[in-house]
Amino acid sequence: MSAPRIGVLALHGGVAEHGEALAAVGAEPVEVRGARALPRLDGLVLPGGESTTVRLLAGREGLVSGLGELIAEGLPTLATCAGLIALADRIEGGEEPLVGGLAVTVSRNAYGRQLASFEAPLAVPSLGPPPVEGVFIRAPRIVAWDERRVEVLAFHGEDPVLVRQGDILAAAFHPELTDDRRVHRLFVDDLVGARGTAAAIHDPLAEGASRVRT
Amino acid sequence: MLKGGVIMDVTTPEEARIAEAAGACSVMALERIPADIRAQGGVARMTAPEVIQGIKEAVSVPVMAKVRIGHFVEAQILQAIEIDFVDESEVLTPADEAHHIDKHAFDVPFVCGATDLGEALRRIAEGASMVRTKGEAGTGNVVEAVRHMRAIRSGIGRLSALSPEELFAEAKELRAPVDLVREVARTGRLPVVNFSAGGVATPADAALMMQLGADGVFVGSGIFKSEDPEARARAVVDAVAHFEDPEALARASSGLKEAMPGIEVGELRERGELLQTRGW
Repeated sequence: MSAPRIGVLALHGGVAEHGEALAAVGAEPVEVRGARALPRLDGLVLPGGESTTVRLLAGREGLVSGLGELIAEGLPTLATCAGLIALADRIEGGEEPLVGGLAVTVSRNAYGRQLASFEAPLAVPSLGPPPVEGVFIRAPRIVAWDERRVEVLAFHGEDPVLVRQGDILAAAFHPELTDDRRVHRLFVDDLVGARGTAAAIHDPLAEGASRVRT
Repeated sequence: MLKGGVIMDVTTPEEARIAEAAGACSVMALERIPADIRAQGGVARMTAPEVIQGIKEAVSVPVMAKVRIGHFVEAQILQAIEIDFVDESEVLTPADEAHHIDKHAFDVPFVCGATDLGEALRRIAEGASMVRTKGEAGTGNVVEAVRHMRAIRSGIGRLSALSPEELFAEAKELRAPVDLVREVARTGRLPVVNFSAGGVATPADAALMMQLGADGVFVGSGIFKSEDPEARARAVVDAVAHFEDPEALARASSGLKEAMPGIEVGELRERGELLQTRGW
């Protein structure tokens, strides 16, 4: 079977790192900078970055509705840090949700400013030992979630930091910044792998999509 | 997470809001932008804490501020007011002619300027968690930023071709710790992000630096010394997001008013007014 094609939203943030992690677990990363590149993907990664910047750029490219439709249709999606904010159905402080689809409420920069960024070992029972090293950079905090729909895969203290809702996997931390590929492997094997690949049908070098630089 | 983003110099909360609304991923809080420091002369120091606080309250993106090279007390003050990043910057007047700040002594992350690989590695060894090209701030002339980015890249390329014993000699040449030199030789990249700064004035300049391998771009005087800061700020952000797409760059470059007036760097060199030669 050919490698699944995973789009990485490449407007801003940790794009190359996600590309490397995806390639390491056998997927083919594809940079997505506009709506043209959205079709023909087997999965999608919404990387970290400054959420205000991501919001503005995605809006300018007319990407928001396209992303929302694809995710609503069940395109497997991995969202990290600012990506998690983009998918949250509610943002504390009255800010409008960007894409939505994930039944959580987040508080932006709730852990504090850059000085309060931290790393912490996270027990993730479904990934087995050892703990996943969580890199939190001005991370969002999930302050409420729909327990019927959202499965919490890992907590930090009392806060969910790795959650799954159907075809969405979302992390408040940056799994792409360490050499531990288990989160990306879970995404590619379990979420993307469950669907079969579009690459089997489509040209793997479709126009409007370029290979991620690694 | 600042990668792939644009960091803009601002002097007021209003400018900070314009920068954030344009899509800047961070702002650098300054009392005077580099072009004015250059024009007005005198000793340039850390910005007053209340000015920085005003800017912090105006935006949700991270806020950076500059300290003089070697002035660790200015850095202590910025850490105390919870700045997000400290820039130990050649744009301000150096406070120490031999020593940079021991950045390991701080919790707050530091960004430092560099003109070549050796300088970048010395700053990283001192604890910098981000480097940037120095370029030549306040000139609106990208030539020095290009020179520095190419110097860093070719320095990295050179390391990958060297044998283990040659790496010892190269470390001596670079005046950088051999462990760090070995790591760069092995990975083919710096262990921290490398942004570009110093002379970026147009969307094309910003995309040029990205295509040369920058992880992101600082724009200093280029935004608020132009005739149309809002439009230009947004155009530079768009250019960095789409730095490999000439059609998008053409759109970003269209319809802008005058860029900041540029300064020929050769004249500054003759008059001994280069900022990039500060630091060691």
